[in-house]
Amino acid sequence: MKIHEYQAKEFFSNYGIPTAEGIVCRNVESCTDAYCDLHSTKVVIKAQVLTGGRGKAGGIKLASSMEEVAKHSSSIIGMDIKGYTVDRVMVAQAVNIESEYYISLVIDRNTKSTLLVMSKEGGVDIEEVAAKTPDKIFKIPIDPFIGIPNFLAARAARMLFDNNSIVKQAIPLIQNLYKLFVEKDASLAEINPLVVTKEGRLLAIDAKMNFDPNALYRQSEVEALFEPSAEERKEQEAKSKGFSFVHIGGEIGCMVNGAGLAMATMDMIKLYGGDPANFLDIGGSSNPNKVVEAMKLLLSDKEVKVVLINIFGGITRCDDVAKGLKEAFNQIDTDIPIVIRLAGTNENEGRELLKETPFHNTSTMGEAIQKAVELSLQR
Amino acid sequence: MSILIDKNTKLVVQGITGRDGGFHASKMKLYGTNVVAGTSPGKGGMITEFGVPVMNSVHQAVQNEGANTSVIFVPAPFVKDAIMEAANAGIELIICITEGVPTLDVVYAHKYASSKGSKLIGPNCPGIISPGKSLIGIMPGNIFKKGNTGVISRSGTLTYEVVYNLTKEGMGQSTAIGVGGDPVVGLYYKELLQMFQDDPETHSIALIGEIGGDAEEQAAAYIKEHITKPVAVFIAGSTAPPNKRMGHAGAIISSGSGTAQEKQAAFEAAGVPVAKEPSQIPSLLS
Repeated sequence: MKIHEYQAKEFFSNYGIPTAEGIVCRNVESCTDAYCDLHSTKVVIKAQVLTGGRGKAGGIKLASSMEEVAKHSSSIIGMDIKGYTVDRVMVAQAVNIESEYYISLVIDRNTKSTLLVMSKEGGVDIEEVAAKTPDKIFKIPIDPFIGIPNFLAARAARMLFDNNSIVKQAIPLIQNLYKLFVEKDASLAEINPLVVTKEGRLLAIDAKMNFDPNALYRQSEVEALFEPSAEERKEQEAKSKGFSFVHIGGEIGCMVNGAGLAMATMDMIKLYGGDPANFLDIGGSSNPNKVVEAMKLLLSDKEVKVVLINIFGGITRCDDVAKGLKEAFNQIDTDIPIVIRLAGTNENEGRELLKETPFHNTSTMGEAIQKAVELSLQR
Repeated sequence: MSILIDKNTKLVVQGITGRDGGFHASKMKLYGTNVVAGTSPGKGGMITEFGVPVMNSVHQAVQNEGANTSVIFVPAPFVKDAIMEAANAGIELIICITEGVPTLDVVYAHKYASSKGSKLIGPNCPGIISPGKSLIGIMPGNIFKKGNTGVISRSGTLTYEVVYNLTKEGMGQSTAIGVGGDPVVGLYYKELLQMFQDDPETHSIALIGEIGGDAEEQAAAYIKEHITKPVAVFIAGSTAPPNKRMGHAGAIISSGSGTAQEKQAAFEAAGVPVAKEPSQIPSLLS
């Protein structure tokens, strides 16, 4: 789960991580007011959207007068950045930058730990630095049982800085960032750039935080910041019914049990020349209500021309699944062709039950997908 | 032989009085797994309806029944403690089925388990089976068949699909393991590939990967260096759009890395055949 830069900076402030002062505004007038309140000749106006590449899209502008603030903020507010409409900007003090650095904490699959990642090459695309000059990236895995004690923070700080006064500021910054990361169940806390100002201060100019969706049950403060997009809302609605759903945009609606099999089903549709409409994992159960709900979700997509149901009966037996499907389709009125593939435990009994139905019954994944693609091309 | 579990496995089910724990404990017992005990704090002394003694702690299960393996079904908020309890009691292999566990809890518990010398599989995994010997987790035992192909997978039902195809072609399995779909999980490709390489009963290996992370790329490099047995792979998620969580928390592509295409290319470069669909795996191994 992502949050805005200004929200991340609020967390930073609460954890004693110094940031450039800034004010969030929703219209041009409050931007000019903010300019007066900040008592800084130079300010930077930054679009607040939940995606990267704001600078390249023209969503970050410097201003050094009231007129410039008005001009830039009116161009940024309402702007579209990668499908997100800017409804908020942050007006922040522009600082005199001496040098820029990169620092982040991230969950690392390989070391199975939190990783402290740092570089002297801040303010740029860090993935590019990592790809081209990996030796310029420092990585320290953190032992969760000791966290970042003084010695480790000092060692890390000295990898970036030589000046003792900056090292002294960097030590608590690194420790506080880790404290914030752990206490809020983050999956990413990134400062890019972290700057040393001409006046010798260490400041976070940008702030990016992502959070672990599995931990939201114990992070109400974080959860309150969730701003789902229209699509995410649909996904969330599905989740509340026990599904996992992602809309893709093709013509073959898919209903599958299990995430891996659902992905493989989509892949094979593409391989056979069709277009999957969605990813939908209905989990393992034969509950007819679940099938009814899933069908409603699929049929609400007007582009869907064929529905493909691919169920691998494991613990839930195929004959139970078949009964559930029959019951569900008694409640659904649709003329969209339905292709069903049942395999696994009691598959023969399951297929027998579906014999006298209008469904297209198939036995292998290949056969089912071929049929679904064929039907989608006919309609 | 097989890897990790066999006839000597003595299983304790953590969370046996819960709905899922109870249901799958009975299925495992029916399959022939030696389920020696279950735990449920405060319910010690009970006997489940299928005859498994319930104890208050994993320590008791180890002391009284000699449990050496545990499977965890407790709700996500209690998983961290459950893993550490098992490791602390001296359990050698801990298999966590529960999904939705906070990542930092896994980081913490995994570190503790390793410090105690315990191995962890999962969380958010279907478990492990050595057909004809022992089944631990939620896999449907009847689709598996004893044989000589090792199976490693990040997925659940997709594993069953591959196993179903193997079994249909007469290729049984030595051991099949679902490693789990979360960003941080225990045993992974490299360790398991090596175990299969060292297991005389395993003659070939099927690896089922998916988008997200770079474990498949690392596995490809490892196979090239260390694995002499035939391996075939299938990677799910070619059509997944970037930055979307596809059911498994781990199955997310961000920043242009971890795509199915990159992973397939890595295996092909290592000389490992890549199946275009799950049903091709048996022919690529024979």
